[in-house]
Amino acid sequence: MSLEEPGTRDVGLTKAGEVNYDELEALLGDAVLGRETHLNAEAFVIRPDAVQDTLSTLKEEAGFDFLNCVTAQEYQDRYETIYHMTKYDDRTQEVGVVVPTSKDDPVSESAEPVFRTADWHEREAYDLVGIEYADHPDLRRILLPETWQGHPLSMDYDQTKPQIVTLRENKNPLQEDQRLNDDSDTMLLNIGPHHPATHGVLHVEATLDGEQVADVEPDIGYIHRCEEQMCQQGTYRHQIMPYPDRWDWGGAGLLNEWAYARTAEELADIDVPEYAQVVRTMSAELSRILSHMLAVAAYALDTIGDFTATFMYGMQDREVVQNILEDLTGQRLMFNYFRLGGVAWDLPEPREEFFEKIRAFIDDLPEKLEEYHNLLTSNEIMQVRTVDTGYLDPEVAKNYGATGPVARGSGIDYDVRRDDPYGYYDKLDWDVVTEDGGDNYARLLVRLQEVEESAKIINQCVDLLEDWPEEDRTIQANVPRTIKPEPDTEVYKSVEAAKGELGIYIRSDGTDSPARFKIRGGSFSNLQTLPEMAEGEYIADLIASLGSLDTIMGEVDR
Amino acid sequence: MSSQDKLTDTVGADTQSTQDARMGEGADNRFNSPLRKALGSSPFILTKFDKFMNWVRGSSMFMLQFGIACCSIEMMHTYSVKHDLDRFGAGVPRASPRQADVIIVPGTIVSKFAPRMKRVYDQMPEPKFVVGMGSCTISGGPFQEGYNVIKGAEEVIPVDIHIPGCPPRPEALVYGIAKLQERVANGESAPVTVKPYELEEFGDLERDELVEKLADQIDHDDLVMRYNWVDSP
Repeated sequence: MSLEEPGTRDVGLTKAGEVNYDELEALLGDAVLGRETHLNAEAFVIRPDAVQDTLSTLKEEAGFDFLNCVTAQEYQDRYETIYHMTKYDDRTQEVGVVVPTSKDDPVSESAEPVFRTADWHEREAYDLVGIEYADHPDLRRILLPETWQGHPLSMDYDQTKPQIVTLRENKNPLQEDQRLNDDSDTMLLNIGPHHPATHGVLHVEATLDGEQVADVEPDIGYIHRCEEQMCQQGTYRHQIMPYPDRWDWGGAGLLNEWAYARTAEELADIDVPEYAQVVRTMSAELSRILSHMLAVAAYALDTIGDFTATFMYGMQDREVVQNILEDLTGQRLMFNYFRLGGVAWDLPEPREEFFEKIRAFIDDLPEKLEEYHNLLTSNEIMQVRTVDTGYLDPEVAKNYGATGPVARGSGIDYDVRRDDPYGYYDKLDWDVVTEDGGDNYARLLVRLQEVEESAKIINQCVDLLEDWPEEDRTIQANVPRTIKPEPDTEVYKSVEAAKGELGIYIRSDGTDSPARFKIRGGSFSNLQTLPEMAEGEYIADLIASLGSLDTIMGEVDR
Repeated sequence: MSSQDKLTDTVGADTQSTQDARMGEGADNRFNSPLRKALGSSPFILTKFDKFMNWVRGSSMFMLQFGIACCSIEMMHTYSVKHDLDRFGAGVPRASPRQADVIIVPGTIVSKFAPRMKRVYDQMPEPKFVVGMGSCTISGGPFQEGYNVIKGAEEVIPVDIHIPGCPPRPEALVYGIAKLQERVANGESAPVTVKPYELEEFGDLERDELVEKLADQIDHDDLVMRYNWVDSP
């Protein structure tokens, strides 16, 4: 990169390679009204009409090319939008951009022209909090029905109000001709919200021109179950932890729990004992295998209708992993095993038997993966359906904030486990898998290879745990019974979950539950890329692309 | 009690059975095959037609392939290897509601989805049965206090079997389905359809403040659901 634009990368960096916030402030000029310190990074408070200038300066000149998350919230005296920015090249370099707006006129400039990913994030902010974004191409509700009254995460919302919900799209589909108008040959096709290929309750409005897709619009919100509100009602210590499991029901619960644990531990300044970190790392990677197995199995079902072989194989392997995790956590799917400062309990006794179970699974895995490759990646039908379909350009992917296997399938070498290490990952030997293809096939390959890498990590963790001295097995740090962080502490942290980067923003208000709890689901950003991948291709490829994104609606709608 | 017992038109327990009468004194082993035992000595099965239909209904149930949230993953596990719901004659999910007898509701129902689920339920042919899977379909579960969450599937469609758990284990789902089959075989047909949460045309709504406010946004003929959060359990 630096070969093309010599010197530009170094803007806003100190000699040691850390972010130089003073230089950035000077760069942004008079747009800056002040500075705030969040636990993860410094943030600049800027004028609401200078959002595009500020963000594009940070993007073009200082290299902050990743708009990670947009958080909106309401204070007693103002509304606030926070843009969490970072770099694909170096996740540890972060900066926040805080945009306050007044109560009577909550309008700020939209960031959509700079980062496409801001489109949905700002629609969500409008929907739930009620901030309006000038210059936004399509500012309407995204999660709640269009007829909803009020903005549920704003302060004056009355939850007991009656509501009316319409059933418009699917009303008597046989009565009227579905063509948009008489002159055009296009046809509107509703896929979902109840459809086997949408992986949950996603509604895709596809406009078809013959068999080709002219326009796609994902319509989400069919499983928006108020996770943020639930977390804001719970106490830090115990009541929030069960919810992350339910953001990703594909089996990646432990990875999601880690996202909350990491953020809250940063907020409350808790150190996790090393032993607990190893246990966390091992169980989280088992969780990742669980999730990727489901993705691969369901993908076989989507693309080649393979319900009898690959799908069943995937389910069978998941059963094995679920048994292991059940031994460890006591639950098959919603593990609730992590605690702030460690894990709930130690490995099950007898330990040898437990390790043996894991080893047996890991030892069998290469053979099983061989089978998957025989059935899927070397299957000609599969190749015809996935190679060169659903192409996602790396630059487009970055613009949309894609992460996880979707980004790595487009050749973006980005993995939070390595780039902003947590847990025990930086002490283990493993690789970040990337594929340059950018098509559906590449994303499938990435998932299958990541299973191998996860197995490598698990194997090393088991080695470590087997030899761990008995007197040194601390599973939890000393954590106060009630956690009350300082008022107005803000933190944004993320982990590499199964579907992509899962970030959590917490603002404390001095009580034992968060004042604002914002979730950045990896699938939320990944799903936004669907129109880029599907438009101009055949309708069958749309299904293949949707499956390859491996979205989980719990993380999209939250 | 095996299902065959229910089929035969049995006489009272104190009278002599047909088989015994036929065999008379002194056992004749030729008649004592298990099949004979089950059917009686007569080669004909005498049963009421609806009793027979109930048995058929209970023994072959077509499930709707319907995934909502977390529970749908456990539902998939119930359908596939290891647990294999098909062993109980209820295993092949149908993609279309028009071919399904049973809808398993596996997950949280939110306001935007409730009318759609109602529509799917309405499209199923009678008699139809509903299995509510998981705490969310009972009461809203862990999300009960959410501003957008419908407090149980019963608010929208009538539910025959509730399976608690978050999510229920596949064994629990199998047990729930088996219970439903038992009830169907015992003669329960589609329940009286109580529809607490009905789809209405917008034009028919009482003109209160909210309806007035929405009047110019919503077409008169549009179907709507009104949800009163105060009165819901």
